[in-house]
Amino acid sequence: MATTSAPAQAPLIAARGLTKRFGSFTAVDAVDFDVAPGESFGFLGPNGAGKTSTMRMIGCVSPITAGELRILGLDPATDGPRIRGRLGVVPQQDTLDTDLSVVDNLVIYGRYFGLTRAESRRRAAELLEFAQLADRAGDRVDPLSGGMKRRLTIARALINEPSILLLDEPTTGLDPQARHLLWDRLYRLKQRGVTLVLTTHYMDEAEQLCDRLVVMDKARIVAEGSPRSLIERYSSREVTELRFAVGVQETLADAQLEGIGDRIDRLPDRVLVYSDDGEAVGPAVHARGLRPETVLVRRSSLEDVFLRLTGRTLVD
Amino acid sequence: MTAPAIPEPRPSAGYLAAYEHQVLLYLRNWRGSLFSNFAQPALFLLAMGVGLGSYVDKGGANATDGVSYLQFLAPALLVSSVMQGASSEGTFPVLAGFHWVRRYYAMYATPLTPRAIAFGQLAWNATHALMVGSIFCVIIALFGAAATPGIVWSVPIGVLTGMAFSAPIAAFMSTQRDTNAWNNIWRFGITPLFLFSGTFFPIDRLPELLRPIAWLLPLWHGVDLARSAALGTIGQAPLLALAHVAILLAMAVGGTWAMFVMFRRQLEA
Repeated sequence: MATTSAPAQAPLIAARGLTKRFGSFTAVDAVDFDVAPGESFGFLGPNGAGKTSTMRMIGCVSPITAGELRILGLDPATDGPRIRGRLGVVPQQDTLDTDLSVVDNLVIYGRYFGLTRAESRRRAAELLEFAQLADRAGDRVDPLSGGMKRRLTIARALINEPSILLLDEPTTGLDPQARHLLWDRLYRLKQRGVTLVLTTHYMDEAEQLCDRLVVMDKARIVAEGSPRSLIERYSSREVTELRFAVGVQETLADAQLEGIGDRIDRLPDRVLVYSDDGEAVGPAVHARGLRPETVLVRRSSLEDVFLRLTGRTLVD
Repeated sequence: MTAPAIPEPRPSAGYLAAYEHQVLLYLRNWRGSLFSNFAQPALFLLAMGVGLGSYVDKGGANATDGVSYLQFLAPALLVSSVMQGASSEGTFPVLAGFHWVRRYYAMYATPLTPRAIAFGQLAWNATHALMVGSIFCVIIALFGAAATPGIVWSVPIGVLTGMAFSAPIAAFMSTQRDTNAWNNIWRFGITPLFLFSGTFFPIDRLPELLRPIAWLLPLWHGVDLARSAALGTIGQAPLLALAHVAILLAMAVGGTWAMFVMFRRQLEA
C-alpha cells in the first residue's frame, strides 16, 4: 500500500516492500513507511503482527528478506555497524548486564560507540540524572524494579546521543505509575527533537507518544496516519458502550438497534455504538424499549480503530 | 537524499571494547572463581603429586621418565587444569551471553559485529587461561615440582590447549539453550580425557592396542608437549612436538572460525 502522508523532509527511515520471512512463515509482508526527522512514529498491533521483526530490521540486527530499507540514507546490508552507531535501542526483553553495577552498564556501553572512558563516564552521570537513577549508580542491576530497569535501558540507549531511538514495547509489564514516569521521560526526549520509533499494543501509549502511526495486523500495514486522523477516518467522535444482562445480550436482534448511531459493533460482552453524540444514544435505546444495565459514553480511541479495521479487539 | 555525516566505526575499536567488557566482568566478580581456579590445582598437586607421588617413587624413578612423580605430573596437571577451566569459560559465559543475561544482544545493538563479540569472549578466555596457567606455574615452582626451567613452556602450551577446547565448545554452546548437552560433554568427554590423556600415567602404560587412540585425544597433545618441554626431552622428538602444536592450533583456529559463524547465525536469528 502507498503511504498517504509522505513527510516533507528527507526521511530518516524509508521502507519499500519491506519483507521478512522465516522459512515459510512471513513475519513482515511488503510494508511501506517513512519516518521523518524529529517525528514520533509508532507501530501499533497485537502480538505476532510483525512489529518486533520490523524493529529488528530497522535496528540492523536482522537481515531483510526482500524489499528496500534505508536508514539515515544508508543500506543496513552494507552499513549495519555504521547505522547502529547512530541508533539507540530499547529492546522488548531487558539485556542489562546483571553482573555489573548500574553505572558500569552505561560506561561500558559508551565504549562500544567509541567514546573515551572519561566521556562515557560524564554522559553516564548525566543520563542517570535524566533517568532518575543517580542514587542507584553503584548498585547492582538485579534488585532494581521493572520500571527502573526500563529507565536504565533507555538511559543506556542514549549514551551515543542517537539520531533515532527505537523502543520495542517500552512499557509492557509495568505498573501504571512506572509507565507514566516513563512516558514523561520519553516525552521530554521527543521535545528535544529525538526521533522516536516505537511499537506498542497499548492504545493509550500510542495516543500519548505517537505523532503518526501505522496499524499492523498479520504482517501487513492496514492503516496509517496520526492518532486523531485514524480515529476520524475509522471511528466516530464518541462511543457508547451498552452492557445488557446475561441472556439479553445474546438474544438481541440486530434490527432492534438498527438506525441508532452511525455504526454498531457487537462484542461478546457488550455493544459499541459509534456516533458524534454519545449522550443521545442512551435515550434512543430506551425509546425502543431496551434496558441496558450500564451505558458508558467515552471518547473514541485507537482501540475502536483497530476493531473496525480487523474485526478483533487488540489485547485479548 | 543526503546522508548526515556518520563516522565509520573503526572495527578494531569494537574488538577491544568487547574484550574490555569481559575484563570488567572479571574485575567486578573475580572472588567467586578464586577457589576453583587456583586453590583446587594446588590441592590436586598436593594430593596426587606429593601424596601419591611418594608412593609411586618407591617403585623407582624408571616408571616416570627418570624424574620424581611430582615433576612428571606437574606440567601435565597444569595443562589439564587450564583445559578444564577454558572449557568452562567456553560454556557458561556463552549461555549467559545468549540466554541468561543476553549481553551479546545488547552488544549487537551497537556498532559491534558478531565477530567482535565472539572475539571479545575468546580473547578473554585466553587471558583467563594465561592467568590460571601462570599462577599454577608459580605454585609448581614453590612445590619444587619443576624438573627444569622448561616448565614455563607449560603456560603457553596450556593456553593453546585451552583454546583448542574453548573455541569449539563455545561455538557449540551458542546453539544450546541449557547445560544438558554440556553435562554430557563433561561426563563423557572432559573427565575421561583428564584421566586417560597421560596426565597421571604415561600413555605407554595403556594396552598396546589402545595406544594409537591417544592421537585422537586432544588433551594428550598438550600434555605430552608440555611434559617433554618441562623435562627437557623435547629435542628427542621434534617432529612429534611439531605435530602436537599443529593439531592443537588447527582445533583452536577451526573452533574460532566456527564460533564466528555460529555467533552471527544466533544473533541474526
